[in-house]
Amino acid sequence: MSKSFILGKIKTQIASGISEEKRLVAIRQRLDVHQTGVLPDMPTTRIKQVNRFIEKVFASQASLERISRRNAIAAIGDFLRAHNLPAEIRMGSDPRLDAIRKSAGKMLVIKDGRSDGLDLVSLSHAEAGIVETGTLALFSGPENPTTLNFLPENHIVMINEKDIVRHYEDIWTIIRTRYGQGNMPRTMNFITGPSRSADIEQTLLLGAHGPIRLHVLLLRD
Amino acid sequence: MQITSPTFKNNARDALKDEQLQKALGHVKHNFIDKRAKAVADLPEFDALRDSAIEIKNHVLANLDVYLETFEANVLKNGGQVHWAATASDARGQILDICRRVGAKTVTKGKSMISEEIGLNEFLEASDVQPIETDLGEYIIQLRGEHPSHIIAPAVHLNIGQVREEFQKQHTHLPADRELEAPESLLLEARGILREKFQKADVGITGANFLVAETGTTIIVTNEGNGDLTQTLPRVHIVIASIEKIVPTLEDMSQIIRILARSATGQEMSVYTTLSTGPRRKGDLDGPEEFHVILLDNGRSDMIGTEFQDMLRCIRCGACMNHCPVYHAVGGHAYGWVYPGPMGSVLTPKFIGVDKAGHLPNASTFCGRCEAVCPMKIPLPKMMRHWREQEFEKHLSPPSHRRNLAMWAWTAKRPALYRFATRLAARALWILGGTKKRTGFLPLSGEWTKYRDMPTPEGSTFMAQWKSGVRPAKSGGKSGAAS
Repeated sequence: MSKSFILGKIKTQIASGISEEKRLVAIRQRLDVHQTGVLPDMPTTRIKQVNRFIEKVFASQASLERISRRNAIAAIGDFLRAHNLPAEIRMGSDPRLDAIRKSAGKMLVIKDGRSDGLDLVSLSHAEAGIVETGTLALFSGPENPTTLNFLPENHIVMINEKDIVRHYEDIWTIIRTRYGQGNMPRTMNFITGPSRSADIEQTLLLGAHGPIRLHVLLLRD
Repeated sequence: MQITSPTFKNNARDALKDEQLQKALGHVKHNFIDKRAKAVADLPEFDALRDSAIEIKNHVLANLDVYLETFEANVLKNGGQVHWAATASDARGQILDICRRVGAKTVTKGKSMISEEIGLNEFLEASDVQPIETDLGEYIIQLRGEHPSHIIAPAVHLNIGQVREEFQKQHTHLPADRELEAPESLLLEARGILREKFQKADVGITGANFLVAETGTTIIVTNEGNGDLTQTLPRVHIVIASIEKIVPTLEDMSQIIRILARSATGQEMSVYTTLSTGPRRKGDLDGPEEFHVILLDNGRSDMIGTEFQDMLRCIRCGACMNHCPVYHAVGGHAYGWVYPGPMGSVLTPKFIGVDKAGHLPNASTFCGRCEAVCPMKIPLPKMMRHWREQEFEKHLSPPSHRRNLAMWAWTAKRPALYRFATRLAARALWILGGTKKRTGFLPLSGEWTKYRDMPTPEGSTFMAQWKSGVRPAKSGGKSGAAS
């Protein structure tokens, strides 16, 4: 049996001299405490945090617009027109997107559910944005299919300004509160800019396999 | 794959003469080094994070058995399955069993060095399952029938012309006169072809950068998004990871990702960091129905508690090879097996034997750059020295090396004789150097002086100067700092 062989081998090799009981207590504690280690210094005022987030989103070669929630539908329309895209988007049934669905009317065709690989544009709602690196955090679930984040060439992501946090570690707190200790969404995506590759002569090209464009709609509080 | 490490000297000679390769290697030298330097300079906490990351890895290695079992329990809790593989052949067998059970014809693959280590592609092909590499670099070299020459930039040895030529040769269903000049056209063509493969594949295989014990989560860090399509679209997702990829908590992982991309590509954060926990859940509209994790040992547990344990901290960022003058000169293929550069010079003797890979730890000037840039501060030169010692102890080094070393050791252990001999040598070299202060002739070192001159000493030894009590006068500002 490979498992007992591997674990047996490791136990023999470790031979730390520390009693098994002490070792297990220390490990249990480490798993329960979630010590954070070193956290990079981030701005302390809210204004500076949001500004840094915006700056970092642009640095990741995504685009961003800061708008009020009621202007979201107009902003989506502007984005589609600016890139010569048809008035059609794919999105999940996340209730935070209900307003978009209601105001779409005849101007915008909305397709529901997961991406079939033919959609040109998808719309998602991020759970949080991270000031450190301009990273978006998205959780999968029945209302948020993962394929929306990767298959369409254009990915529009809405995020509430109040959901901007400083560090990656803040996301783990959100997850533990929402899903319970030790639980996770099936897929959690950190996304920092559009897909890219530098595999041909180290030349940076956008849109390798995932979206060519990532457009962030930052919704004012 | 065929192991060519025993012929490293010939491989290196061929590599130096290969103009295409030399041109391609020019990109490594500048891009990676400059970008990493900037990323590190922009994060004042970088060094503190390194120390934090080292503490995490050392703690894991001292408790690896418990964390592996915790990880397994949490994967099972979330509906996934765990397969323990003591050897490469165990892992290949487990993957093939899954593929056969679900009747898989094609398998898409995210980038994984572990899959190279176990020779998965050749094995699957021989078993009538077609593996398709989907990372752009990996796709290109799979078409060419090659293996990665760099652990994070697998096609770094190629120029755009070679890629274009290969696409023209292989993608025969497309019009021969299509536009393929711009790199963007090549990327789009590969994207289009691979899109179909993603949709059709029965199984998707990815590696893992981290395995999180507290949640049973596997994590991939990528830029292209191919890993995500590989694991989201097929019915079955297999993760293949080696046992040292474990971290206790999500917080621990967060420490290490901060130094990973910065050390690798010089990005602050890779585009996609994806955390996967179990298969598709009730109500989910996408995601795999089965989630398997293969935990590969393949000799790693042997390294715990030995002089090679620190190597298990390696996070496969590639910084050591990006900064290595030997790698810059000969590229990755010359090393002759899966892992190139300084980390490869330490790992390859472990995996294929020091009798076959003894040249690799010898092909180093011990300049120390690899250790200086390693985010995990792995003492790579020291470990290469350990291999040299083992080589000597096992009588694998050539007789002339052994004789010279033995002679030097004999002399060095006799201080009076040693001082006499060095005084003589310093004087002789000083005369040889003449007014040029360098010489192209050194006894027993013809191979060395064939390509460069040896700077000659000033005529007397340090010991002699020390004894005379006379310190050379300070000249300019140079010596001031040293006193």
